[in-house]
Amino acid sequence: MVHHDTMTGAEILLKALVDQGVDVIFGYPGGAVLPIYDELAKQNRIRHILVRHEQAAVHAAEGYARSTGKVGCVLVTSGPGATNAVTGLADAQCDSVPLVCLTGQVPTHLIGNDAFQEADITGITRPCTKHNYLVKDTNNLARTVHEAFHVARSGRPGPVLIDLPKDVVQNRGLYQPPSKTKSKYNPQVKGDLRAIEQAVEMIAGAKRPIFYVGGGVINSGVAACQLLTQFVRMTGFPCTLTLMGLGAFPGSDPLFLGMLGMHGTVEANMAMHDCDVMINIGARFDDRVTGRLNAFSPKSKKIHIDIDPSSINKNVAVDLSIVGDCAHVIEDMIKVWKARQPKIDERALRAWWSKIEEWRGADSLRYPASDTIIKPQYAIQRLYDLTKSRNPYICTEVGQHQMWAAQHLRLDSPLHWLTSGGLGTMGYGLPAAMGVQTAHPDALVIDIAGESSIQMNIQEMATLVQHNLPVKIVILNNQYMGMVRQWQELIHGARYSESHMDHHPDFVKLAEAFGAVGLRAERPDQVDGVIQEMLAVNRPVIVEMRTDASENVFPMIMPGMAHNEMVLGQEDRSRDNPGSEQDGMVLV
Amino acid sequence: MTDAVQDSNRHTISVLVDNESGVLARVIGLFSGRGYNIESLTVAEVDAHENLSRITIVTSGTRMIIEQIKNQLRRLVPVHKVHDLTIEGPHVSRELALIKVASSGEKRVEALRIADIFRARAIDSTNESFVFEVVGATEKVEAFITLMQPLGLVDVSRTGVVAIARGPKAL
Repeated sequence: MVHHDTMTGAEILLKALVDQGVDVIFGYPGGAVLPIYDELAKQNRIRHILVRHEQAAVHAAEGYARSTGKVGCVLVTSGPGATNAVTGLADAQCDSVPLVCLTGQVPTHLIGNDAFQEADITGITRPCTKHNYLVKDTNNLARTVHEAFHVARSGRPGPVLIDLPKDVVQNRGLYQPPSKTKSKYNPQVKGDLRAIEQAVEMIAGAKRPIFYVGGGVINSGVAACQLLTQFVRMTGFPCTLTLMGLGAFPGSDPLFLGMLGMHGTVEANMAMHDCDVMINIGARFDDRVTGRLNAFSPKSKKIHIDIDPSSINKNVAVDLSIVGDCAHVIEDMIKVWKARQPKIDERALRAWWSKIEEWRGADSLRYPASDTIIKPQYAIQRLYDLTKSRNPYICTEVGQHQMWAAQHLRLDSPLHWLTSGGLGTMGYGLPAAMGVQTAHPDALVIDIAGESSIQMNIQEMATLVQHNLPVKIVILNNQYMGMVRQWQELIHGARYSESHMDHHPDFVKLAEAFGAVGLRAERPDQVDGVIQEMLAVNRPVIVEMRTDASENVFPMIMPGMAHNEMVLGQEDRSRDNPGSEQDGMVLV
Repeated sequence: MTDAVQDSNRHTISVLVDNESGVLARVIGLFSGRGYNIESLTVAEVDAHENLSRITIVTSGTRMIIEQIKNQLRRLVPVHKVHDLTIEGPHVSRELALIKVASSGEKRVEALRIADIFRARAIDSTNESFVFEVVGATEKVEAFITLMQPLGLVDVSRTGVVAIARGPKAL
């Protein structure tokens, strides 16, 4: 006898997802999730994007989440389906991307029996998810799904995994709506007002200030980015962004100093080193940003605003910390600033800006032009110039091309820049672009790629074609794992151990084999033409640009060096890196 | 915070958590994954109605590390409260040990005599052995074990430290 109020677990799951606002799932079916797929086929509220590998499903959901600000959703089967998703989850954990990943599991009575396609996925993903659940009773399913979405999007966002044994989605149980689900997880969003007042006082009294802004502001929302822009412009202070923060402040604004860190601009890194007040909003003093810690910005008072208390005083001890959501804290700072009308030291600020302009004058992103070979920086600049009027979404893979894109694109709006920052996952860009295009079908979505990274998830070309996702992929092909080659050249005596691939596919033919369009440029004078051609096609396109294999990313703070010890270019190689610190700490 | 506390780098941290499967693995995984020390860890349900367990962890590290440990613990979804008993005012801590001593003659008499001094109770006895139960601060338990060593110590089982703040207030 079936109680009329009960539903199957699969029905409950889909109802819960709809109630959570899910309109698309990225997934791949398999034995343990067949009841869910069966239910999926009976409805049309949720669209399913069938990927070709589960890792790509997670990156696609990341792309969806980061370009919309909503929670991305993934559905994969048990065992290998779930373990394939692990890299994506770790990526989302590092970059604070809100996801809910549903994994199938063997029936509860078989758990622990080494059953077919069984993996202890809650055990495996415990350190690389924000939280995870194993649902053992159909009556707890709805509540668990609602809580998972709440946890994924609240506080510092992150991936949440729900493991669903097959019997739990087949059995019947009661549905519980989100309104009846209370969670004990409620992180602090309002910052301490006294600390905010103190921060405003420190900021107003600064002589050599800098805003150092990270992805936390983008995670906080578009409103937070607008408030940040308003506040920075009110002060007239310089602003630098981390890799994850690009787009939080307009790239075309004269107050913007470019990205900072290992491949940041001279003006950004020097200003960080010499500042007297550093205002860190939503950044985490990552090692790629700070360089050698004991030489990091030695003369400054540091303010750190972050929603995650564990980010504070983790790598760098700060003078004033404010725990809270960036939007709330910046809003309060603006209020206090307006109420107090502080008098800033205009003279000191003018002197500081003239110093910054001096550094800016070094034009640290310049590169030797060529009319015979395509410089990768040139390709990226032309790509940007020819597409910026369409406000494209830019995804990247990981490596040199990623850094050149971060340096040369001057993005003006948040949510349009998607890159794997924390984990540095090669193969991120194509599936992420897939997720972005799914969320924004009419937008221009570009994946800037290297020929090595792109091959890590190249199978997703088929997904693009199947689902009519006209993503544009621009491969800068320099025949090498470029960043590995660069480190080998600069740090390992130019011994290019296994960084060269002797054989690559013909990318034009490859695109065609998948049913997409393939284009190629081999000389600088062909670059504009292929980009125009690419933009004219409303289908997925691979553009291969044969670029200069010897080009390196500069400026560069060598591992273990400080912000004021940048290597500026090929000719400036005097500071060779020892590879480890005096006390024996190995540098990465 | 007094200077004396700043110098001490051993901290007793009391953590109130949901009593659900995997919660201990989360806490232990956090410590191993991030390279923190665990000197002692105890866990048991303390409130069946609210379904809460208390984990008491003795750990050591610099001030920045200890702060990290507490903040990382607070980040775990099933963790409700994290209190550093070492810096939040006076607390009492105890551990219990069961100590098996096998000897005869004068050594056996001496073991009993020392047990008496430490207020350790013999909870099992055969003609050639005792099991003593000793309760107290870690230092006392350790002193007792050291003294038992030459008297035929064969086995030790310890609970690890449990601790609670002094005074009328709850965690």
